[in-house]
Formats: sequence, structure tokens, C-alpha cells
Amino acid sequence: MSEIRNYIDSSLALKEKILSVFLTAGYPSKNDYVDICLSILDAGADFLEVGIPFSDPLADGSVIQASSEKAISNGISIDNVFQFSNSISRRNSKPIIAMGYANPILNYGVESFFIKAADNGISGVIIPDVPLEEYEFFYNQIKTKLDIVLLTTPTTSSNRIVDIDNKSSGFVYYVTLKGVTGQSILIDTNKLKSTRELIRKNHLLAGFGISSPSDVHSILEHVDGVIVGSRIIKEIEDGNTKAIDKALKLVSDMKFACKVE
Amino acid sequence: MKNYQQPDSNGHFGKFGGQFVPETLIQPLKVLEEMFLEQISNEDFVQEFINLCKEFTGRPTPLTYADRLTKHYGKAKIYLKREDLCHTGAHKINNALGQILLARKLNKTRIIAETGAGQHGVAVATVCAKFGLKCQVYMGEIDITRQNLNVFRMKLLGAEVIPVTSGSRTLKDATNEAIRDWVTNCENTHYIIGSVVGPHPYPMMVREFQKIIGIEVKQQIYAFENRLPDYIVACVGGGSNAIGIFYPFIEDNVKLIGVEAAGHGLGTDLHCATLTKGRPGIFQGMISYLLQTEEGNIKTVHSISAGLDYPGVGPEHSYLKDSNRVYYSQATDSEAIAATKLLSSMEGILPALETAHALAHLEILLPKTSPNEVVVVNISGRGDKDLNTIINNITF
Repeated sequence: MSEIRNYIDSSLALKEKILSVFLTAGYPSKNDYVDICLSILDAGADFLEVGIPFSDPLADGSVIQASSEKAISNGISIDNVFQFSNSISRRNSKPIIAMGYANPILNYGVESFFIKAADNGISGVIIPDVPLEEYEFFYNQIKTKLDIVLLTTPTTSSNRIVDIDNKSSGFVYYVTLKGVTGQSILIDTNKLKSTRELIRKNHLLAGFGISSPSDVHSILEHVDGVIVGSRIIKEIEDGNTKAIDKALKLVSDMKFACKVE
Repeated sequence: MKNYQQPDSNGHFGKFGGQFVPETLIQPLKVLEEMFLEQISNEDFVQEFINLCKEFTGRPTPLTYADRLTKHYGKAKIYLKREDLCHTGAHKINNALGQILLARKLNKTRIIAETGAGQHGVAVATVCAKFGLKCQVYMGEIDITRQNLNVFRMKLLGAEVIPVTSGSRTLKDATNEAIRDWVTNCENTHYIIGSVVGPHPYPMMVREFQKIIGIEVKQQIYAFENRLPDYIVACVGGGSNAIGIFYPFIEDNVKLIGVEAAGHGLGTDLHCATLTKGRPGIFQGMISYLLQTEEGNIKTVHSISAGLDYPGVGPEHSYLKDSNRVYYSQATDSEAIAATKLLSSMEGILPALETAHALAHLEILLPKTSPNEVVVVNISGRGDKDLNTIINNITF
């Protein structure tokens, strides 16, 4: 049974929706990363998404791109990602999800990636550039207990949404906008509602463009949780204590917004 | 190679190609593929394309017998396919015309493109001017500096050139930015990719618009020699001029040679010989050979020619390499410069620096040939755009 799914079920039973926070591995620095992640979880984040840096992140806007470039120049590799997730999971039991592009994972070896990810406290994987069309080719029938989270978007057809729901585990990731991460949110409520109706097997978490408690309020009714990335990365850009405190305050405010009255 | 039928219906050339893109792009790619397949078998559409090639581009481009160059080597007869005589100065216009016709069928009002050397950007700006569509071209900040003449040309043609400041600030990141734009604006925007790269259906579609080069060569060489050539040589960056001239000969007994840019030399990091030195990976929507780091990040590459300065290659080339149908060689920056000088002074034709890589391979190939053999070189573009670079790299 999926750890991620269990966690969502228990939270919903307590009338709380999920807040998942994305932070590029090794950002703002290799030394501070684990502590910042633990503080984010303590501030109220339910899931931590560890971003595997990639030189050409097509689905990301300028903020995550810049963080990825910085992480690469800090020498962050997939083995570092596993070290980070290992340290974090020893000190906090909340689910950790690895999010990264297909090439570094293919290059590492898809099967050994999944084995080592499971050994190092990772519960799920999101790879935004492996759509249904390439699912069989890429995952090549690997056996894994990890959840593989697929994405659906405002341009996804009804038939595909059903297929995505069937193939996805842990949850389905709803991309709120046509575009890349870090843009302003503009929710097509009708599309979101019809997507929600077609997702029968999984819970639905929404991400891209969610940057404030008011964004959370605007979408929460239709989803089981939200994902925030660019905004947090932007806050901690400076890496000083004041900036990090501000980011943590934002996490805790957004988590507060996830509580269902 | 008999019964060549690539790609399959999912856009795979063997284990290469595919659609490794964010979910948002799947729907527009499917719509594009459907429209392309519908139109390419529609006689009116094909006729419109052929008419434009004839009346706007000036096709067919000649096949020129290189008399003095042939005598210089004293071996096989050398013919030049003159894509440099296409309107706008390179083969890029063939694909731009085909795709703008599709964009019209798709009712798109805005066109975006990426460009490295600026040749594709100029071709797209040209067809947008002709058909009155809004055009924005992404170009790396570094390329904007080294190709400022083409930047001015695009502006003159009414296009907006958007400087790309992320990553390598060259063609690779210009392409990323164009894809990000398309993810955001796919409803009203068509993205004209400039080479046989990217997600399916682009590699197949661009090939279909470029294969006119090889089809013409086949007719023209029969008129001269009453037989097929023994060798066809073309440069390979993304690989559209090479696929265009190779494809109609794939099932024939003709040796096909692609020449990649070896930059400062294969022993250095400053080259872009992707098929020679790379390994398969996933980049910009496709599986293909890539120049990548140990961690799977894409490398910043180098060539004296901005049009070859790309860390990936079309997936069909990866397939043709692994199936041993095409042989891929390399030429360095200085070999390309020497070939530029040789063709200019021997034949009165100034080739683009990209093309010069194909010509440089004649130094290796010709000594192995015999006088009764025939070699065709694709002169993919003219070199006027490169004069600034050539001036700084040549001595008389």
C-alpha cells in the first residue's frame, strides 16, 4: 500500500488537505539543504519534493531553472539526492518524493534509480517529461513499491485523464495552467471540475502557479492538496536566516489555508 | 536497406525519437500530427507547397558539376547540390514554407521559432512576412552578438527577436525557451522547429518538407550521368539538410556520409560531434544521441559554425548510425575554414561554414575514390552570413 496515499487518506480524515513543497536538491547550498527541508516539514509541509537538477528543465520557469543551474554548479548528482533523502527520512517520517527530468534518471539507470530511491527513504517519483506515450518504454515494466505520479493538464482530453488516473499511483498531479512553473495562477474551474470527476482511483493535488494562502483558498475546494515550488525557492534565494524564516512562515500560512473548515 | 519505413506510428525510429514532453504539449502535438498526415496526402496542399517552392524559393535548385574541384582531386566527379541558391540563402526555407502552410490550416495566428546562426530565423521571418503572420524568434544572447547581420534581417522582415539569457545562451536554450513559449501559448501559436529534431511528429514532418532536395538530385544526376551517385555527403548539426538529401536514396546502393563539427578537435571538449562522441539520452522531446555529462546534464558545445553548435541530433540520424546505413565523420573548425577557401577560389561559390564541414570531408573521401565514381555534396547554404567569422580565421 502506498505511503503517500495512506498519508493523504489520514489527513483528509482529519479535515486537512495536503501541502507539498518542492525544493531543488542542494539549493541554496549543499550544506544547508537537509536542515532547510526539515524546517519546511516542521513548518507544516506534508510532503517534500526533492528536485533533481537538470540542465534543460522544459516544464519550469526561470526561478526553478536558476535553482537547477546553481545546484549543478554546486556539483549535485543523483547520489547526493539520495544522501539528502536518506538524512531527511531518518529525522522526519513524512513522505519524500523525487521530482526530476527523464534524462538524468535514464542516464543513472531507471531500475537502479528506483531501487536506490526506495532504499533511501523516497516514496514516490514525478517525471514531467515522460507522458503516457513513453511510459512503457521508459519504465520498462520495472517492479517498484514507489508511487509513480503522472500529470494531467488543462489540455488533457477526457479519455487520457482516465488513462492517467489508471496508471498513476500516490496521487494525480493537476497542472493548473498552460505554461511553466512560476507563472501567475489562472484556474479554469470548469476543466478542473471535469478532471476531478474523471479521477476515480487517485487523489488529486494541484501545482504550478500556487504561491500564496489566497491561491490555496481559490483552488482547495476542487482538490485534495496543493504543491508549491517556485515561490519558496524565490524566498530563500538569498540563503540568509531572515529569508528562510520568511519562507517557513509562508509554508505554515499555506498549510493553515489547507485546513478545511 | 530495403523497405525503409521509419518512424513507426508513435514516432519511434527504432529505439530513438518519441514524445518526451510535458503533458500540456501532447494535445497540440496530436493535433499537429493529424493535420500534417491529412494535408501531406491532400493533392491541393502538396501542389501549393510545390508551387511556392518553385515561384518563391526558386526551386529546383541546380546540380552543378564542380569541374575545377574535380580536377584538383583528380579522382571521382564532384557535383554540388545548390541549396545556397534558395531564396534566403539556405535549405531552411523548404521546411519553413511547409510548416507555415500547416499553421494556416491550423488557424494559428502567431508563429514562434528558435534560431542559432539565424538562417532558420530568417526563413521563418520571411514566410511570416509573406503570409502576414506575427513572428517571434528566440535566439541566444551569444548568437545575437555573433550573427548580428541576421538579427537585423529578421527585424527588417518584421519579426521580433527575443534574446535568450538562460543556460548556454545559444541554440540549445533558444529551443528550450521556444518550447516553453509553446507550452504556454499553444492555442494560437505554431512552433516552427528548424531541424529534424524535437518530439514526434517534428522529425518526420521536417524530413517530408526537406526531402525535395534528394528527389531533385535523383532526377538531376540521371540527366548528367544516367546513373545514381556513389556517394552523397552532407553536414549534420540537427541534420535537416542531410536527411533531406539522404532520405530519397536510403533504399538505393549509394554511400551516405554525414559530417559533424569536430570544433577544436575530438580530443577536446570544444566540439559538437554528437553521433561520434555522444551517447543516447532524452532531450527536447526525443531520445537521440546527446553530448552529456556523467550526470546526464546536457553539455555546452562548440563549433565555429553557429548552425552546427547543438548538443543533440535528429533521432533518425541516431537510427541511421546504429543501423550502419549512414557513415558519420567529422571536420574541425580549421578544416572547415580551409574548405571554405578552396571552394570559393576553385568554383566561385562561397559556402556557409556549416556546409564547409561536408566539403572538408572530400579531403578524406576523394583519395579513396576512382575517376569513374560520382560524389554529390549538399551545399546547404551560402556563406555571406559568416564573413565576419571567416575574416577573423583566415590568412592569405
